[in-house]
Amino acid sequence: MNDKIFDYCLRIGDSSLILSHRIGEYCSKAPILEEDLAITNVGLDLLGQAESFLNYAAELKGNTTADELTFKRKEKDFRCLHLVQTPNIDFAFILTRQFLIDCYHQTLFNQLVNSQDERISGISKKAIKEINYHLKRSTEWILRLGLGTDHSNQRLQNAVNELWMYTDELFIDNETDIQMDNLNIGTLSSSLKNPWEQLVTSTLRSASIEVPEANLYSLQYGKNGFHTEYLGYILAEMQHLPLLYPDASW
Amino acid sequence: MSDEDQGILWEVFIQVKAGRPFKHVGSLHAYDKEMAMKAARDLYTRRNEGNGIWIVKAENIISSDINDGESFFDPSNDKIYRHPTFYKIPDGVKHI
Repeated sequence: MNDKIFDYCLRIGDSSLILSHRIGEYCSKAPILEEDLAITNVGLDLLGQAESFLNYAAELKGNTTADELTFKRKEKDFRCLHLVQTPNIDFAFILTRQFLIDCYHQTLFNQLVNSQDERISGISKKAIKEINYHLKRSTEWILRLGLGTDHSNQRLQNAVNELWMYTDELFIDNETDIQMDNLNIGTLSSSLKNPWEQLVTSTLRSASIEVPEANLYSLQYGKNGFHTEYLGYILAEMQHLPLLYPDASW
Repeated sequence: MSDEDQGILWEVFIQVKAGRPFKHVGSLHAYDKEMAMKAARDLYTRRNEGNGIWIVKAENIISSDINDGESFFDPSNDKIYRHPTFYKIPDGVKHI
């Protein structure tokens, strides 16, 4: 059982970790200073959530640490979702990716606060406050870009169209989902689809954005250890220093 | 939108806790009041600085003219009787 909880914690922790890394790459590049600080703050929140889940994962596995899991694991051992691996193409992509994940996090963590696993419910109760704020912020931006000018609407629509295919993974169940659901530790990913769709589509429609058709994108998913072409490059950068100077500290 | 267009300038005031005055902490740029409030939260309250925020459009603040300093403020310099410094404080009175 512990190896499934381990896998579940990796999935949630790795997704927050890689998204926070992507946001970190964007630091100093936002259109205005206020946004730069705000989005970086979101990244820091996500890094804190990742640390909580990876600390727990490390304890479950034994004889390792969250740092080791982060900096010494190989690509195929990561369990992050494909959506968080997508590159920072422009402000619309970054905001859309954030909005889709914020909606997912809110629906997921609303369930996890009731987890039978006290550790997971504890982390989730702390995280949900941050997530609720992230979603308010990204929703405001979706509305403003969607209802702003023709140009901003087109850029946002383009980002939604391009990123939509990565959302089917969020609701695919694997063995870990089934076992976590049976034990009331987690929930079936498929059970999150309806509340997520309601959240996402109501905001997108209010923002005059067309909701794309669902399409099956892949049979290989990040939660099963199969990744996009982007993850290797992310890890190469993220793990570079710890590999060069093992166990360095300051 | 030009690169220079960062939106409207707003002034931010933070209340440390209920009942205390709101104090000016700085300014920010945002395009409307909802986004100004979110930016203020991210810029000025991330380290437990307070639990209340006021935001005012900078253009709505009426400010004294720095050139009026002489006529506005100097006349009070030599009127020490405006300060209650001539009272004898009885022994035993604290906090004055």
